[in-house]
Amino acid sequence: MAAHPPGQTVEHAHPGAREYIIIAAILGIITAIEVAVYYVDSLRPILPPTLIALSAVKFALVVMFYMHLKFDHPIFTGMFLFGLATALFTFVGFLFLFGFVGVFH
Amino acid sequence: MAAAVAPPIAPAHVEEHQGATGLNTRKLLMWAFLGSDCMFFGSLIGTYLVYRGRTAIHPLPREVFDIPYTSVSAFALLMSSLAMVLALAAIQHGDVRRLKIWLLTTAGLGLVFIGGQIYEFTTFGAEGLNLSTSIFGSTFFVLTGFHGAHVSLGIVWLLSLFMLARRGIITQERSLDVEIGGLYWHFVDIVWIILFTVVYLIPI
Repeated sequence: MAAHPPGQTVEHAHPGAREYIIIAAILGIITAIEVAVYYVDSLRPILPPTLIALSAVKFALVVMFYMHLKFDHPIFTGMFLFGLATALFTFVGFLFLFGFVGVFH
Repeated sequence: MAAAVAPPIAPAHVEEHQGATGLNTRKLLMWAFLGSDCMFFGSLIGTYLVYRGRTAIHPLPREVFDIPYTSVSAFALLMSSLAMVLALAAIQHGDVRRLKIWLLTTAGLGLVFIGGQIYEFTTFGAEGLNLSTSIFGSTFFVLTGFHGAHVSLGIVWLLSLFMLARRGIITQERSLDVEIGGLYWHFVDIVWIILFTVVYLIPI
């Protein structure tokens, strides 16, 4: 990464209304897909990973574009990811501790 | 509409509270708070999952959940995030009128979500599920209730921003105030993205 002079940040201009609306449309479509696959019996065996993947995409879109982490200084991303990673370790630790690794059967 | 708007101001150029890193300290603090709140919700979700499916006391989740109804609530909260970023885009262009409209829209969609949650909780109560009915009831109401409390606080924040904008205190130069409020609001949205999947959609 290129060095930046003191006081100068690597923040970039945020997206405009058009980009925000496109992201919202994508989020709405993914939500509709989530609800639709919930009702498809043949997808039951792969429902948990499918739903988790879809919600991860939604999560990433909101964080990157609406919360501007894609455009802001990497330190903000680092602070958030640190908390998120700790939460994930806590979460996985709980599941291991209580013998519930296969919770999504 | 041909309203005259000023060019957007990059957030880094409008605030005076910058530390040695050159980053805005208020924004940094908000991200630190959101990171810590992740841990809070991570623990609650973990607890919910650990006890998931471990009760035979009725009503069970599949007997009370109304997926189409909750989907509408989830969609309202998702679209409130769009309204929030449009509010931010408006004030970054100096358009206070649109800022106020989008802030009210965001708060309104948040109220739709909270209204839906109150109705859902009331319905569950009528069907015999409350905080002390079963381990499912305890973990479900604590998890979703804490999220609802976050949303309620966010609505108060949004309405405060609206009042400040009405008084002319929120201007293009102070768009960071809106951006920080927006970060909090988007956070409650991403938490619900996870809860909707983990609590409602993934079958036991």
